[in-house]
Formats: sequence, C-alpha cells, structure tokens
Amino acid sequence: MQYMCLIYAQEGKEPQPGTDEFGPFMQGYMDFTQRMKESGKLVSGDALQPTATSTTVSVRGGKAETVDGPFAETKEQLGGYYLLDCEDLDDALKCAEQIPSAAFGRVEVRPVVIWD
Amino acid sequence: MLPPVEVPTLVTRLIREDWGRILSSLVSSIGDYGLAEDSLQDAVVSALEEWPRKGVPRHPDAWMITVARRKALDRIRRNQTAMRKSGELTLWLEQHRNDPEDRPMMIPDHRLEMIYTCCHPALEEKSRVALTLRALGGLTTAEIAGAFLDKTETMAARLTRAKKKLRAAGIAFKLPEPEDLHDRTDAVLRVIYLIFTEGHWSSDGQMSRTDLVNEAIRLGRILTGLLPDHAEAKGLLALMLLGDSRRLARKGDDGAFLPLEAQNRARWDRAKIREGGALVETALSMGPAGPYAIQAAISALHANAASFTATDWPQIVALYEVLAQRQPNPIVRINQAAALSYAKGPQAGLSLLDTLCVDDKLNGYQPYHACRADLLARLGRRQDAAASYRTAISLAVAPEDKAFLSNRLRALTAP
Repeated sequence: MQYMCLIYAQEGKEPQPGTDEFGPFMQGYMDFTQRMKESGKLVSGDALQPTATSTTVSVRGGKAETVDGPFAETKEQLGGYYLLDCEDLDDALKCAEQIPSAAFGRVEVRPVVIWD
Repeated sequence: MLPPVEVPTLVTRLIREDWGRILSSLVSSIGDYGLAEDSLQDAVVSALEEWPRKGVPRHPDAWMITVARRKALDRIRRNQTAMRKSGELTLWLEQHRNDPEDRPMMIPDHRLEMIYTCCHPALEEKSRVALTLRALGGLTTAEIAGAFLDKTETMAARLTRAKKKLRAAGIAFKLPEPEDLHDRTDAVLRVIYLIFTEGHWSSDGQMSRTDLVNEAIRLGRILTGLLPDHAEAKGLLALMLLGDSRRLARKGDDGAFLPLEAQNRARWDRAKIREGGALVETALSMGPAGPYAIQAAISALHANAASFTATDWPQIVALYEVLAQRQPNPIVRINQAAALSYAKGPQAGLSLLDTLCVDDKLNGYQPYHACRADLLARLGRRQDAAASYRTAISLAVAPEDKAFLSNRLRALTAP
C-alpha cells in the first residue's frame, strides 16, 4: 500500500531562506527523507511551488475552463494524483483535461520544485 | 554618433515606441520574462548614464538588446542558483555579449507571442491586462494602476505575482495551439480594447495617447491577419478604427473637447472610416454579431451620417438593444438613452435612465450624470440639470471633460 502525504502548511509561516531557522528546518526534512529511505518506506516525495503558481482545470460540457489559483476544497476531496513530466504549462493543462475526473471535479496543476 | 539629443526624452521615446518589440525579442531568446524585463530595465539605466557622456548610439534599439543581454548574463552569474538557468542559455548569452552595438540588428517581432503569453488563462484576467500594458505598451506601473483606479503598490504587487507565475508555472512564450487559438483570442481582444480605451481617454488626464491607440490598432491588425475567420477580431479592429477616425475632430482649435454634434465632420479620417466600415460588414456577414461588431456597427452609422441630425437614430437605438441583450450593462443603457433622446425626444431617454438601478458604482460614474444633465436641460428642467452637471463636474478626471461640462453648466445658468 502506498500513502501520499500531502503537506499542508500556511505559506510564509515556515522558516524562510536566509534566516537562522532555515538550515535546521531543511536538515530536518533531509533527515526525515533519509530515515524513510532507509526504512524502505519512501516511494517518492516532492515539494510544490507555492499556490500562487497553481492553475486549476475543469471540463464542463466538453469545454475546458482554466482558472488562476489553487483548488479551494469544498465537498470535493483529494482522491489521487499523477506526477507528469510535461513540456510546459499548456502541455500539462492539456493532459490534466484528459483526466476523467476533470469533467466532474477539478484538477489542480502545480509545478514541482526542482532542487539543485 | 548622432548630434547631442535630450537623452531622457530620447530614452522615454524609445521605451514608448520600441519597448514591446525589444522586450518580446529578448524574452524569446532568453525564455524568461522576469529576467528579460529586469535586464532591459538595467540597460535603460545604463543608457541614461552613458548616452549623455558618450553620445547616443547610431542604433539605440540594437544597443539596448546587446546591453540587456550582457546584463542578463551578469544577473545569472550573480545569482547562479536562484536563476537555475541552463548552461545552454549562458553559453548563448556569452556568444552574444559582444554583439556590435553600432550596427543595425534584425530584431525579430515576437509581440504576438508576447500578447498570448501575457493573456494566458492561467493568469487572473486583471493581471493579463496589466502585464500586456506593461510588456507591450511599455506603460509604467503607475500608469497601469491609473487605468484600473488602483494604488501603485497594489498594481506593483500584482505584476510581480504575475511575472513570478509565468516563470514558476512554466507558461511558455509561444502562440497557443491552433485548437486553442480561438478561445484564447477572447482574452486577447479584451486586453487590446482596454489598451485602446486607455489611449482614447487616458486616465492620467491627457485627452488622447495616440501611441497607445496606435499600438492597440496595430495589435488588432496583426490579430485579424492571423485569424482571418475570427469575426470579433475584425469587429474590434473596426470599432477602434472608427473611434479613432474622429480623433482630430474631437478637440476644437482652443483644445476644448467637442461632442459629436459640434464636430467638424470634414476633419474625420475618411480612410479609417472606409476601412472600419468594410471590416464591420465582413464581421456581420460572418454569423451572429458579437459585442465588438455591434458597437462598430453603431460607430459606422455615426461615421457615415451626413450630419448629426441626419444620423439613423432608430437604428442605433435598436443596435444598443441587441448589445444590451448580449451584455446586460448599465453603461450600454446610458448610451442607448442618449440615442433614444434623439430618436424619440429627451423624455424617452430620461425614462430609460430612470429604469436603471443606481448603485454606488453608477452613482460615481460621470457619463451617467452628464447624460442625465443633458436630457434634463433639453426638457427645460434647468435647476435639476444644473445639479446633475455639478455632480458630473466633480467626478470628471480629464481637464477637458471638466471644462466641457463647466461650459455647459454656465450656458444653462446664464441669464
């Protein structure tokens, strides 16, 4: 069984780069990742770009609607995810439109942080 | 080197006229809007420092491009990890860092890619307009804020957010796929029309900013060329051409604003009227008329009337009715009321105005009070008219508007 741990935190409230707290905070993540790896539990993990970079797609009457911003949860709950490697946002949105649930709910497309 | 010129004036002119072309060309080669814009701004600062000392280069646009590329390279080196630029780009910039600044450079026109990128649906609509005005019109943040009646800081934050999203979300600098082109064009048309109206009735108090008007018309022409079967693109271009055809007649010799009935029709630009009229006809023949084509049709009726009284008012009233059905909007009704007052008399116009729900927004809308004042004056209700003129004057921003309304008020209250 696999579990996807979606990490919710208020943006900007966590330690920011350049502060004294940032180093230990990031070290904590690296240590946790390492522990999960060693225990054989880690499948994949990524950080997402902030919600300001998010775009949400829905398909209604066969027509795709694209709006700026993250999906605001209402009755719909997160039910799964795809991690896709796409050319650019348009490419990703085109793929997201084809996810069957886009016609009923919404699909939030958020770029993943690439660590150097 | 050219003879000494007032450098700041020259730089301002370059920004106004060539900003969009230079910036879109830079974005196309650098692939990052934020980096391209920051680097171009650096180059502008360098121009203001260097040109007064060394003289103005023979080809200022080529100079800007070369210096901006050098600045981009500096920025990437200074901030290597944050920028995460590919080695390929760095290499490309290295190779082009010493492009001669004094020879003409083929600067490819990527403005169409730029406008579709700025109008990407993944951006909030207001940000799309703001970004397009910034990227293609070279408007300052303060000017864009003025167009939206926003605070400059609010607009600056909005632009920063939009630019950040362009980069971080991976919005590519390109034209949409053919199957998306029509949908995405609606957003582009709205943005072009806003640029036109900003130039037409500039919020900074200037009566007309022909550079913005011309830019909007130019963008409209490029779009209609690219999308020959898009009726609303034609409708919008027609609307802008017809509106602009009256530009010279809109001001009297003393610089005062002249309303339609007082304009010297000989000063209307016949070439623009012909071109606009032909475009409306084509647009209307292509299927159900969209809002731009309907407005253009109204404008064409004005443009082709021999005199103000010979205008086909009933037809204009009917077209406003169609428009109001498509776009329920009090501003359409205000214009309809004015047309109705010439078709059926001022009381008919006033009755229509009275059916509008006057909320805070409409109550702060100057043309509503100006229209009301005119109808009341024509009905002989001088005191009510004077009160409406006073409200309109207090709401007017452009000095020409204020002067025009004040003259009307004076004529009304004169013994």
